[in-house]
Amino acid sequence: MNMRMSAGGLTERSLEIIRELKDLEGPMLPILHAIQDEFGHVPEEVKPLIASELNLSRAEVHGVVTFYHDFRAAPAGRHVLKLCRAEACQAMGSDQLGDRARQFLGIDFHQTTLDGAVTLEPVFCLGLCACAPAAMLDGEVYGRVDEHCLSDIVAEARR
Amino acid sequence: MSLVHEIDYGTPASRGQAQVTLTIDGRAITVPEGTSVMRASMEAGIQVPKLCATDMVDAFGSCRLCLVEIEGRNGTPASCTTPVMPGMVVHTQTGRLKDIRKGVMELYISDHPLDCLTCAANGDCELQDMAGAVGLRDVRYGYEGDNHVRARSDGAVNAKWMPKDESNPYFTYDPSKCIVCSRCVRACEEVQGTFALTIEGRGFDSRVSPGMHEHFLESECVSCGACVQACPTATLTEKSVIAIGQPEHSAVTTCAYCGVGCSFKAEMRGEELVRMVPWKDGQANRGHSCVKGRFAYGYATHKDRILNPMIREKISDPWREVSWEEAFAHVASEFRRIQYQFGRESIGGITSSRCTNEETYLVQKLIRAGFGNNNVDTCARVCHSPTGYGLGQAFGTSAGTQNFDSVEHSDVVMVIGANPTDGHPVFGSRLKKRLRQGAKLIVLDPRRIDLVRTPHVEAAYHLPLQPGTNVAVLTALAHVIVTEGLFDEAFIRERCDWSEFEDWAGFVAEEQHSPEATEKFTGVPADLVRGAARLYARGGNGAIYYGLGVTEHSQGSTTVMAIANLAMATGNIGRPGVGVNPLRGQNNVQGSCDMGSFPHELPGYRHISDDATRDIFEKLWGVTLNSEPGLRIPNMLDAAVEGTFKGIYIQGEDILQSDPDTKHVSAGLAAMECVVVHDLFLNETANYAHVFLPGSTFLEKDGTFTNAERRINRVRKVMSPKNGYADWEVTQKLAQAMGLAWNYAHPSQIMDEIAATTPSFAGVTYDYLEKKGSVQWPCNEKFPDGSPIMHVDGFVRGRGKFIRTEYVATDERTGPRFPLLLTTGRILSQYNVGAQTRRTENSVWHAEDRLEIHPHDAEQRGIKDGDWIKLASRSGDTSLRAMITDRVAPGVVYTTFHHPDTQANVITTDFSDWATNCPEYKVTAVQVSPSNGPTEWQDDYTELSRRSRRIAGKLEAAE
Repeated sequence: MNMRMSAGGLTERSLEIIRELKDLEGPMLPILHAIQDEFGHVPEEVKPLIASELNLSRAEVHGVVTFYHDFRAAPAGRHVLKLCRAEACQAMGSDQLGDRARQFLGIDFHQTTLDGAVTLEPVFCLGLCACAPAAMLDGEVYGRVDEHCLSDIVAEARR
Repeated sequence: MSLVHEIDYGTPASRGQAQVTLTIDGRAITVPEGTSVMRASMEAGIQVPKLCATDMVDAFGSCRLCLVEIEGRNGTPASCTTPVMPGMVVHTQTGRLKDIRKGVMELYISDHPLDCLTCAANGDCELQDMAGAVGLRDVRYGYEGDNHVRARSDGAVNAKWMPKDESNPYFTYDPSKCIVCSRCVRACEEVQGTFALTIEGRGFDSRVSPGMHEHFLESECVSCGACVQACPTATLTEKSVIAIGQPEHSAVTTCAYCGVGCSFKAEMRGEELVRMVPWKDGQANRGHSCVKGRFAYGYATHKDRILNPMIREKISDPWREVSWEEAFAHVASEFRRIQYQFGRESIGGITSSRCTNEETYLVQKLIRAGFGNNNVDTCARVCHSPTGYGLGQAFGTSAGTQNFDSVEHSDVVMVIGANPTDGHPVFGSRLKKRLRQGAKLIVLDPRRIDLVRTPHVEAAYHLPLQPGTNVAVLTALAHVIVTEGLFDEAFIRERCDWSEFEDWAGFVAEEQHSPEATEKFTGVPADLVRGAARLYARGGNGAIYYGLGVTEHSQGSTTVMAIANLAMATGNIGRPGVGVNPLRGQNNVQGSCDMGSFPHELPGYRHISDDATRDIFEKLWGVTLNSEPGLRIPNMLDAAVEGTFKGIYIQGEDILQSDPDTKHVSAGLAAMECVVVHDLFLNETANYAHVFLPGSTFLEKDGTFTNAERRINRVRKVMSPKNGYADWEVTQKLAQAMGLAWNYAHPSQIMDEIAATTPSFAGVTYDYLEKKGSVQWPCNEKFPDGSPIMHVDGFVRGRGKFIRTEYVATDERTGPRFPLLLTTGRILSQYNVGAQTRRTENSVWHAEDRLEIHPHDAEQRGIKDGDWIKLASRSGDTSLRAMITDRVAPGVVYTTFHHPDTQANVITTDFSDWATNCPEYKVTAVQVSPSNGPTEWQDDYTELSRRSRRIAGKLEAAE
């Protein structure tokens, strides 16, 4: 991840990524993923580049990017903690768990801790309903999360 | 009178051939296969409640209001997305449906303001109508909680609320009223083809977003108004409706801007125009519009409009307002005096392609019958006169061969020297729609016009030729078609003269016409020419659309013939989807040519020397007509400078700004003794006028315009002329003052006279137009329903004529002093010399003309974007600001001519088409250098304009 990039560098690197993937069938999502992998988010100035390379309008790219919550407008913290808030997890106490998480981290959902360590996000179903409540740290899932487990996860993330 | 009401069928008409019969609410109805249940019910007279469906765009199925029950099927399918099936039994109103619809409406209304009484859409709101239709009486969810409606919620700022976007000068976007039906987004994509709008976010967060959450004005929006028309609520609303209120009556009329000739409903309140809404039954535009026709009508009530006749002795005097009687008497006596003193041929006139057919007919009649000479010409001289000549020679008619609907059947479209998305935007949108469906595009243009690459459209071939080499490139295309055996021999043998074809084929097959040989001076790589030729010849239905980039050259007529040759050689004539189509610039330039505006032609393109034709008019008019052609505009000006031409009546044309070599035009006008300008504004020509007769707008008169597809459309009067008289009345009164016994009470009588004298108009009457909406000439005994497509069974002239097209380089060449080639064009928001559009809010998009220059040429000259530059040619110089862009090739510069301060025609030369004198606007050798501001000529001219626009008794507007 290269987050401190000059504007020119950003354009150049983005164009490289876009041109590498533009011939795929349905290239937009793979491109957006690759951009986010590279920069940690989808920078606003990259949208017009994608639009012009794929011969789409800026509006169309914007519509796709904003449709998916996982595409970020700004970089996240070093770790992303997602707590499932869908029905099964709610039934198993995910609301209380969410409150605890906010307390531990001192932030609300969609925020990042001041030290830039953790971003907290709600997610609607991780497909782990049988092990509710569920959480995910940087792509690794955890089932039957209780307060104890949560504090371990948070401590791990803050390290 | 009441509002012209249009039925919204909810989904577009199906093109299916097979017929399907089904039952809806007990009524049997038969519709084409592929029709939606929603449309079928509407055709049966049953309106299924709907919000997200409208027949300008495809079905979407998001609003969940149009649900129906179908016997034998589970659930409640949406009627908009369900196609009809034979024997289907549909119920549109059941207890279950009523409950669902009411529930859905409750959800909509729970996030919508309840300010109907003060809402701009009150009385024209589909949400309101649907709430009424489903019997909504209560909203059980309340209005609290998350919403997009209130700026503050529960004492805190509501992050979901968005303020109104008023950046567009003509309409507002109020997100708080949006129900996210996506109609605007789909209209922008499917109808206009700009893709400027999207839905951002998802679920409850979904909002309409122009561009990337931008203001409308900064987004990709071109302000065509399709979204505003599609919006079912007050979310997108014309500012004029907000200011005035809902219209109460309307009339269908025809736009007075470009040659597409869009039909509009002029929606009125009293004599005030509330808005112009494109008419879905308009056969040229099919319910679409552009920023000019839809919104830029404010010039009609602009304060600059002159409403009283004015006279002055010398052009250095201030104007003196006089009565109409005095003005007519003055012009009549001056013209008679001049003719007595300098001879019958010493006066003439210019007809307007902005005025109606009837008005144009009267002006040429006044000149031929009243002045007693044939010194009549029209502005088509400077645009499409080569089309008239070239197509007349090849096919036998001086007009395009197709209707606009034809593009829906094209497989390959070749656009030559035209920029449809700017110059003919509604046709541009229809073309883009076809291209998105898979048709291929070939563009011949020195500039990378938008069509070459624009969202979802990409030209298969762009041939970026050097300005002035059209004939060479077209002949090279023909070379490939002939030498590779791609021509359609059966078509040629049946429809054309085979020996002429053989002669022509031998000529184009010569090695010097090959793409490889011409590449050196055309700048177009040979493989592009070969690829384009193969595609056009063998790609299915091939259609050619061309514009002024073809005609405004010293070889304009030759280029038109070369185009005709290509179409004939490949058999692309005489059926839908093919043809040769000039995109005509002005609303009635086709009509003004049809009406006998040229010095050598009586109405219907019949030569003045033809005794039989003259006889028809002589008998009817009771005069003897001169059998010799009169003077063309440039000849009139030459004669004026020589001192033999002294008086001119100019209706609705600004020759000083639009004709080539401005200094020559001004010298000619200055040498005359009585220049009569009949116009809306004190235009640039009026700086040299002695009499000014105020004109009327298209909103203030009845008549007809003929568009680029030969379609005769009605213009209807919706308000009384602010100047007192419609233009045809002014010409009639002038004729009466000159002693002619004219007595037309209504333009329909003029049309009757046209029909009686002109075979191609024989079947046209106002009653007929009332019944049919519009008709394409020829309309007579042989073609009682008009002629959407010409040359179907054979060419009008008999056999199609192949003509050799030898490339002769223009005398206008680059050299060390003038190394760059200037070409000119226009942009979307402004119209021609800008007399109208500059007097509207359209100027927010284009406040000044800019010179487009390639970064390489700019860098060599030390020019930065936005710098003032001096543009000099052999004729003169002017200055304007630079815009650096790679849309133009190195060595080529480009500008528009919408603003009088730019005076682009000071630069252009007096070279012209060999056959028709059409000026060579598209090629001028120039040099560009940095500058500090306006040139001396521009300063002098500004001062002259200021002085010559003084009106006695009126204070000059503060600077």
